[in-house]
Amino acid sequence: MAEMKKVATRDSYGNALAALGAEHPDLVVLDADLAGATKTGVFKKAFPDRHFDFGIAEGNMMTAAAGMAAAGLVPFASSFAMFAAGRAFEQIRNSVGYPNLNVKIGATHGGISVGEDGASHQCCEDFALMRSIPGMTVICPADDIEAKAAVKAAYEHQGPVYLRFGRLAVPVFHSEDYQFVIGKGEVVRDGKDVAIIANGLMVYEAIQAGELLAEAGISARIINMPTIKPLDEELVLAAAKDCGKVITCEEHSIIGGLGEAVCSLLSEKLPTVVRRIGVNDEYGHSGPAAALLKQFGLSAEHIVEVAKDLCK
Amino acid sequence: MTSSEKKQLQINACKVRMGVIESTYGAKAGHPGGSLSAAEVFTYLYFKEMNIDPTNPKWDGRDRFVLSKGHTAPGLYSVLALRGYFPVEDLPTLRHIDSYLQGHPNMNMVPGVDMSTGSLGQGISAAVGMAIAAKYHGKENRVYSLLGDGEIQEGQVWEACMAAAHYKLDNLCIVVDNNGLQIDGNVADVMSPYPIVDKLLAFGFNVHAVDGHDFEALEKAFDNAKKTKGQPTAIVMSTVKGKGVSFMENDAGWHGKAPNDEQYAQAMSELKAQLAELEGK
Repeated sequence: MAEMKKVATRDSYGNALAALGAEHPDLVVLDADLAGATKTGVFKKAFPDRHFDFGIAEGNMMTAAAGMAAAGLVPFASSFAMFAAGRAFEQIRNSVGYPNLNVKIGATHGGISVGEDGASHQCCEDFALMRSIPGMTVICPADDIEAKAAVKAAYEHQGPVYLRFGRLAVPVFHSEDYQFVIGKGEVVRDGKDVAIIANGLMVYEAIQAGELLAEAGISARIINMPTIKPLDEELVLAAAKDCGKVITCEEHSIIGGLGEAVCSLLSEKLPTVVRRIGVNDEYGHSGPAAALLKQFGLSAEHIVEVAKDLCK
Repeated sequence: MTSSEKKQLQINACKVRMGVIESTYGAKAGHPGGSLSAAEVFTYLYFKEMNIDPTNPKWDGRDRFVLSKGHTAPGLYSVLALRGYFPVEDLPTLRHIDSYLQGHPNMNMVPGVDMSTGSLGQGISAAVGMAIAAKYHGKENRVYSLLGDGEIQEGQVWEACMAAAHYKLDNLCIVVDNNGLQIDGNVADVMSPYPIVDKLLAFGFNVHAVDGHDFEALEKAFDNAKKTKGQPTAIVMSTVKGKGVSFMENDAGWHGKAPNDEQYAQAMSELKAQLAELEGK
């Protein structure tokens, strides 16, 4: 495949905020001393009076965002996934989720592709935490185009939204005319033998796996599932019905994320064999992102292995 | 403050206390101690200080109040009912299944509640966010938040204090109800928050230490807060937990316990006597 343009979705986040900020004066951005890394610095440069740094105090930042939303602003509260979803979980649950306030959480550095910083900063639990909050929308876009569209959709959505972005530059495979809708998945390749449902940077791996599987005579339906909650149940059920076998792929623990959401749905409505590809209930460690992804089986090659095994 | 104005505030504070007893008795649960210690400040805020409209609870230009010590919802509900946000007769439904009067304040269910609270340490942060939003919108409305002296053991309170001073939130006034008691006993024994005034001064606040049961002292402090520019104000109130009901005063056991039938009767009779005296009957 030809070399594709690569962009980290955290960059998409910063750029999308700056673009949206120009249109919407009620949009403000909060950060916790990570504006350079979360890329909200791009927004800060454009709108210095609308960017609020709360220092290294994520709990206060998240609850202050709730107060801002209660007073009519649309705050995007930003930090690494570990500290947004992790440290500030209870603030999000009680001060954002419970009152259903219009706070958008921009969490960058999700998953093990954080790389060299190691396990303390590699959040593989955020989908699980955020999914458990009633009324929370949970989104993990796959590339630059989708990430920018997701930020816009989150702004337009009334209610709390958790957006997960990555540190690593990933291929931009969507075309500019791609239409992102919260709660809707996308069939990026049709197939009938096995359905591979992925989100985040695993979508491009799944697309590559689809091509490799086709060469091996296996017809895989590749589904991009950016919204983990609410899940596109119709698309999952149709895939399970048509293919009879499902594989989920996510840069997250196999506990509590996309895989479990798909399993929960299928076990109740259409029992189907599912294999979950993700981080297998373990911590990450330091290393280059690409090497880590391979080591943890978050790769096209591993998807192919699992699919071949499943289709034996 | 005129003497008749003061007398009316005292009468209202007594009625707020009666509402606290009615609601916790009706709930057979709840937190009377810290609701009673704050009866004067609840009354002062809702009957004198804040620019509000009970017929339009969501009015955009209103002053806002965040009950950071959310467990004293009986005090807040009592003053809101007395101020006309909802019927006083509903107070005994506190904590009942299907009642809108949740155990801790819910902004989407109770008219007049500006922020859902209950998890200690978070209300002040929400108030900081509201104060930033008011400044952002160029509005004149003010934001108030009431904290417990046990609550300030939460680290997030001090994160919020840092932010309040950093963003020069002179439209924010926090009140610390220093009644000296928390569930496990004296705050000084459980985990001392003292010296509270010095800490708040060090965090960049304009600080007033007042008798929290003295309306004239409260008026001076709140008036000074409005005149203070460039920094937030903190009013540290010395109060008596359980104030107004003899057997509840200064007893940590009444932090989160409802009166039984006899205790209810005695508490109401004491408060009715206080009210009669204030009304000169």
